[in-house]
Amino acid sequence: MSFFVIVVLCVGVLAARFVQLQVYEHESYQYRSDKNRIQVQPLAPPRGLIFDRNGVLLADNRPSSALGIVVERVGDLDVAIQQIKAIVTLSEEQIEQFHERVKRSRRPGEAIVLADNLAEADIAALAVNRHRLQGVEVITRLQRYYPEADIAAHAVGSVRRMTERDLQQRDPAEYRATQFIGKRGVEAYYESALHGRPGFQQVETDAHGRVTRIIDIDPPMVGQNLNLYLDTQLQRAAVAALGQRRGAVVALDPKTGGVLALVSKPSYDPNQFIAGMSEREFRSLSESAYLPLFNRATNGQYAPGSTFKPVVGLAGIASGVVQWDTKIEDRGSFRLAGGEREYRDWSWTVDDSGGQGIVDLRKAIYRSSNVYFYDVASRLDINYLAQFAADFGFGRNLAVDIGDASRGLVPDPEWKIGAKGEKWYQGDSVNMGIGQGDLLVTPLQIATYVAMIANRGRVVRPQMVMSRAGDTKTDAQLAPEQTANLSAEDWQNVVAAMEDVVHLGGQGFRGNGTAWAYIGQRIGYRMAGKSGTAQVVEIRQGEEYNEEELSEFRRKHAWFMAFAPVEDPQIALAVLVENGGGGSSVAAPVAREIIDSYLERSVAMQ
Amino acid sequence: MSMDFQRQLPGSKNSAESHWLYKLHLDPLLLVLVVAVLAFGLMVLFSAAGDQSRLFDAQFQRVLVAMAVLVVAAQLPPDLYFRWAPFVYFLGLFLLLLVLMVGVKVKGSQRWLEIPGLLRFQPSELMKIAVPMALAWYLQQRVLPPSAKHVFFSLLIILLPALAIAAQPDLGTAILVAGAGMAVLMLAGLSWRYLGYAFLLIAAAAPLLWQFALQGYQRQRIITLFDPESDPLGAGWNIIQSTTAIGSGGVFGKGLLQGTQSHLDFLPEARTDFIIAVVGEELGLVGVLCLLLLYLGIIARGLVLAVSAQSTFARLFAGALTLTFFIYLFVNIAMVSGLLPVVGVPLPLVSYGGTSIITLMASFGIIMSMRTHKAW
Repeated sequence: MSFFVIVVLCVGVLAARFVQLQVYEHESYQYRSDKNRIQVQPLAPPRGLIFDRNGVLLADNRPSSALGIVVERVGDLDVAIQQIKAIVTLSEEQIEQFHERVKRSRRPGEAIVLADNLAEADIAALAVNRHRLQGVEVITRLQRYYPEADIAAHAVGSVRRMTERDLQQRDPAEYRATQFIGKRGVEAYYESALHGRPGFQQVETDAHGRVTRIIDIDPPMVGQNLNLYLDTQLQRAAVAALGQRRGAVVALDPKTGGVLALVSKPSYDPNQFIAGMSEREFRSLSESAYLPLFNRATNGQYAPGSTFKPVVGLAGIASGVVQWDTKIEDRGSFRLAGGEREYRDWSWTVDDSGGQGIVDLRKAIYRSSNVYFYDVASRLDINYLAQFAADFGFGRNLAVDIGDASRGLVPDPEWKIGAKGEKWYQGDSVNMGIGQGDLLVTPLQIATYVAMIANRGRVVRPQMVMSRAGDTKTDAQLAPEQTANLSAEDWQNVVAAMEDVVHLGGQGFRGNGTAWAYIGQRIGYRMAGKSGTAQVVEIRQGEEYNEEELSEFRRKHAWFMAFAPVEDPQIALAVLVENGGGGSSVAAPVAREIIDSYLERSVAMQ
Repeated sequence: MSMDFQRQLPGSKNSAESHWLYKLHLDPLLLVLVVAVLAFGLMVLFSAAGDQSRLFDAQFQRVLVAMAVLVVAAQLPPDLYFRWAPFVYFLGLFLLLLVLMVGVKVKGSQRWLEIPGLLRFQPSELMKIAVPMALAWYLQQRVLPPSAKHVFFSLLIILLPALAIAAQPDLGTAILVAGAGMAVLMLAGLSWRYLGYAFLLIAAAAPLLWQFALQGYQRQRIITLFDPESDPLGAGWNIIQSTTAIGSGGVFGKGLLQGTQSHLDFLPEARTDFIIAVVGEELGLVGVLCLLLLYLGIIARGLVLAVSAQSTFARLFAGALTLTFFIYLFVNIAMVSGLLPVVGVPLPLVSYGGTSIITLMASFGIIMSMRTHKAW
């Protein structure tokens, strides 16, 4: 059949090809394979650098020397390792990890790293003994280095050694010459831009494997440099202001959404992950109860406490449930119609002498009256409130380039049925009125929300990266006003109320803004803010909160959110002090210190 | 007459048809050739496996299992295959879709389905048999050569699984499954003109396909074909190493177990897709030609059996399986020697790997079945 003829012809073609390779071109291939003289070596691409807004270097590449063994050329591996041990100090762990790497699939003829970050003395000792050590090489590579160490660790992120899983998810050809890959923060989000592309060189080697000449070279493509919105001095100020306490600080530029500072404490030194650390060191980081590796700023989820009150108030205004001049008498506690449970003000005392007195919405904000907001929340439709909160970024991740920021939780009836199997009670709304209950937010979300207030209602999306080398710069666009039903006057009123929180003083007992006593004096600019104190454990009916008696992890979280200067905001800030106590007493001074340092610098620069 | 009478006597060694191999519905000649190739393959794998002798053991076991599969497949009569054809086809299509949704990712492509703890297999392997079977089933009832409407439906039967496979992405196997389907159409008498038209069409669309249908690494592989040096770290690496290995073998080869390229691990995939480079290096031109002759013998015998099968379905099915076998071995050898772009296709019956051998031996069993059962 004609098919068979075609088959025979095709096989003939194959046979002819083999004849060509094995008879006519035999000699040249013979030479090539002999002692494997021609080698192709991948060239690692230098990783893109990361700078802050002023050109301060946050992530750098530094040359470092490593000791490597080419297994194919070394003969007896164990003997070689013993010989090396006599010259250079090696730990059992290094040898073990070396054997692990040998087992993994790799390119033949490639040196496998035995010890990293060699000291000058070791390099010299190896050079002197080179003639005795076949197949042992000193490899010079670029390694990632973070000059600011733990100060910007959570913002910039870090690279870690690539694992098998990383290799499987990516094109192995791209990562042929790379050992480290971005794992957290900006390093991870912008991995493909920062990594660049490997190059290769084709070399001729002698019998010992040393390169005699370079036949061809295709240079690697350098990774893209990034400029962040981050301001390192502000970052340092925030770290210093938090001191020894656990917590987070997020500072945004209200005009662009640029992240000026992102701090989570306790922090860690990302350089340790590159230089390599012992099992014990790693465990002390990963198993510490204080969670230094955890990014509280973007992933810590807490109840917002009183910082949520402006949202509730604005929701009340927008839906008509309350007016700015609606007054109530706050005696320190609140009961739902027909209910038994007493919802208390923070000033509640056992002898019933608490309460803020007669308050309207503005005073309710600057005095942080719980009762007023219990009342508003009890009359709001919960689905309306939940949707309203979403407009401010709660329950969502509005960040442009922080992929793994937590979304927090805005509870609603649907959620409650699904998660707890219970229907929504009015008491749940009441709790939400003061930012407690199942409501969860992150410091990043609070900063986004206060930036929105600073912008008088325009949404802003947090962004880490300001520009990428070689890309044309586009200014961040502010989205149009999000929340309908709120007029410019409404925004002006809420800003004024928040300004009172800080600046309204001299009004007598229970008349000043809650933060005035702590930060409102001798201040050279106008700041608007709101404190928040989020309860962590439930206080029983009829008892008072006693800080000393509670263990460290059960004390209240302290929040303060602020922006300044009020008329033309330059900075919007969220401060959280974990288990810190009172928002005004603990978190507000931290915020004041940070904003002071930022605005004084910009005043000085003018 | 006496000859007929003799044939009825049991135990008569002269008559071909009472031979026990025939009772098992096996074809001795094809069987011998296939076993010869398997033995050859095991010998080469023994060398290529080097100090990982468990690979050899595993393959040996697989060969035994595959032999059993061949025998079982030969027992089933053609009408059984005929009746099951649509079901198997749709099952295969369903599994392909399943792979796209929940398949296991290995090295960037999703080709495998995993039954936890039991086994891992590639549904695309099943389609290598299911597609020709379904096509043969479809064309059985129709008058041949097929009319335009029949051709249309046939193409549909071919393209659905081919596209599903290409989406994995596994362009190599997709093209081969499509090619095998086309082989059925050609066997069914489709005029060569149409093939010519198809080639012209593809040639005309080539620039568009290049731009829009091919992914970066696939384009790179085609470029590498013409200039392996252009991507020495990627696809070019394989070709440079395999042609070096083959060429350095010369006419007589370096000798079994002596291949420096493959033993020093310079030759990637030496046990799987690129195993013929080991043949070239260690057994030389002589070894390669021997293997080619054995393959040629298998194909010839397969075609002979197909031609003398007793129904349209059987003829088409057996012929298609034989041609499919040819296409795979041609593409693999051409790829390894640098004549075609690198696609991930194993060398039939020789490369290390289970699923391929099982489906191939099943198809040989089927070919034998098509010939040795009576028509229905």
